[in-house]
Amino acid sequence: MNKRWRKFVTLVAASHAEMSEYRVELVLWILSSIMPFVLMGLWMKASHNAGGSLGPVGFARYFLAVFVIRQLTLVWVIYEFEEDVVKGRLSARLLHPIDPGWRYLASHLGERIARFPFLIGVCAAFFVLYPAAFWLPGPADAGRAFAALVAAFALRFLMQYAFAMVAFWSERANAIEDLWFFMYLFLSGFIAPLDLFPDSVRRVAELTPFPYLVYMPARILIGQQVDLTKGFLVMAVWGTGFWFLYRRLWKTGLKRYSAMGA
Amino acid sequence: MGSRYTRTLRLFWGASIAAEMEYRLNFLLAAITSLGNLVGSLFALSLFYNNGMDLGGWRWEEAIVVMGLAVFMEGFTSTFLRPNVGRIVQHVREGTLDFVLLKPIDTQFWLSLRNLSLWGVPNLLYGVLVVIYGGRCLGLALSDFARGVIPLLIGLVVLYCIWFMLSTMSIWFVKVHNLTGLLRGLLEAGRYPTPAYPAAYQIVFTFVIPVTFLTTVPAAAIVGRNSASIWAALTLAGVLCLLSRAFWRLAMRFYSSASS
Repeated sequence: MNKRWRKFVTLVAASHAEMSEYRVELVLWILSSIMPFVLMGLWMKASHNAGGSLGPVGFARYFLAVFVIRQLTLVWVIYEFEEDVVKGRLSARLLHPIDPGWRYLASHLGERIARFPFLIGVCAAFFVLYPAAFWLPGPADAGRAFAALVAAFALRFLMQYAFAMVAFWSERANAIEDLWFFMYLFLSGFIAPLDLFPDSVRRVAELTPFPYLVYMPARILIGQQVDLTKGFLVMAVWGTGFWFLYRRLWKTGLKRYSAMGA
Repeated sequence: MGSRYTRTLRLFWGASIAAEMEYRLNFLLAAITSLGNLVGSLFALSLFYNNGMDLGGWRWEEAIVVMGLAVFMEGFTSTFLRPNVGRIVQHVREGTLDFVLLKPIDTQFWLSLRNLSLWGVPNLLYGVLVVIYGGRCLGLALSDFARGVIPLLIGLVVLYCIWFMLSTMSIWFVKVHNLTGLLRGLLEAGRYPTPAYPAAYQIVFTFVIPVTFLTTVPAAAIVGRNSASIWAALTLAGVLCLLSRAFWRLAMRFYSSASS
């Protein structure tokens, strides 16, 4: 176990070094996900006249939290995996004495560490522009948010990695991810806090994994009450399901896999 | 002269459609994804009105017209802009722009209209349907819809010019595709009427990146609201056209092919 852990840490460090080479790209990439700030403007102005559950400052904090959460839980493993399968690069990775999954996970974590300082920069710039919204989560909330974020990232990675296995059968596995992604977009709390949803829609959404990927951590960050037990329970159920799906597809897919040009 | 271009265009698009027909299943998936996106967007819009808020004083039916136009613009982008203008960056990076420059036809014409993708067709269709639905709820007549045609055409021209100028920058900065991501995020803002945004946002969406001329101005013309005048829109489109052409010429003076 200890040996595998050391290998993993080395892979993370290597991918962090690699990503640090592309700092300008990283900044542009962060800037290109400005959608939460657009939505923030809409909700702030709308709630200015009509009250609403949060009020302008509350919405500003909520969408800033959404922005940060989205940045920290980005996952693109399906595109990497699909390319590796189509181009036959997976063959080389299968020869390494470590499951290829670790390598993808390491590249995500390394990139995350490289991204983090810029995220702090964006938040600082935001508070300078809009000082009324300044707040810092307390240590207890920060700890809870960290746990929720780790779980959210792990679940998103696992779900996408399971879908990535479809690449063994089809050349366009990411079509599934596209379909899944728009459900994520509309049900996760990315477009608006879930307490604004009609009751029936919210009850259904709370059974899906999506609200715990954005809405729950965002609520923790802005200091609102959440049902952590329920959140982690739903995530655990979905996580277990996707774990078995992934193992199943990985085993049958690998038998089918015959590398490009081999 | 003109007929040479129309004949070429017919051949271009015929070949594109034939190639796209190879991927019918993907087309079906795209249609389903677009429909899901449309339902989700309308749901997002309804959240404002169901919670007793409104968008800059616009009524629900009026906001639907804006949303429909935004979906239409999205369809236009994936049908005409992404497969053509969106590929300029790639041409520059891989050096294939050289071959395009050698062709006995205007380069901007070739780069802008060579391909046609059917992926955006569902969105074009959904957009029109949503606009008609919103308009019917408001009790609009055919003549009201007709008032929106010219502003809509202007909006399409403005969108094309922004895309083209941004892609032209790849001559200097090869890695400009991250910038198109930024642009896409800003254009998403066109799904809601501009007056729904705080003042600082409105200034950006009018003068820096003219999102408001893409959806809000045509929608205002259809539902009969006051907004930036059609003359302002026309001037903007004209200026952008000349500018994008001049900018392209300038870029060509600096182009020195890949790896040379």
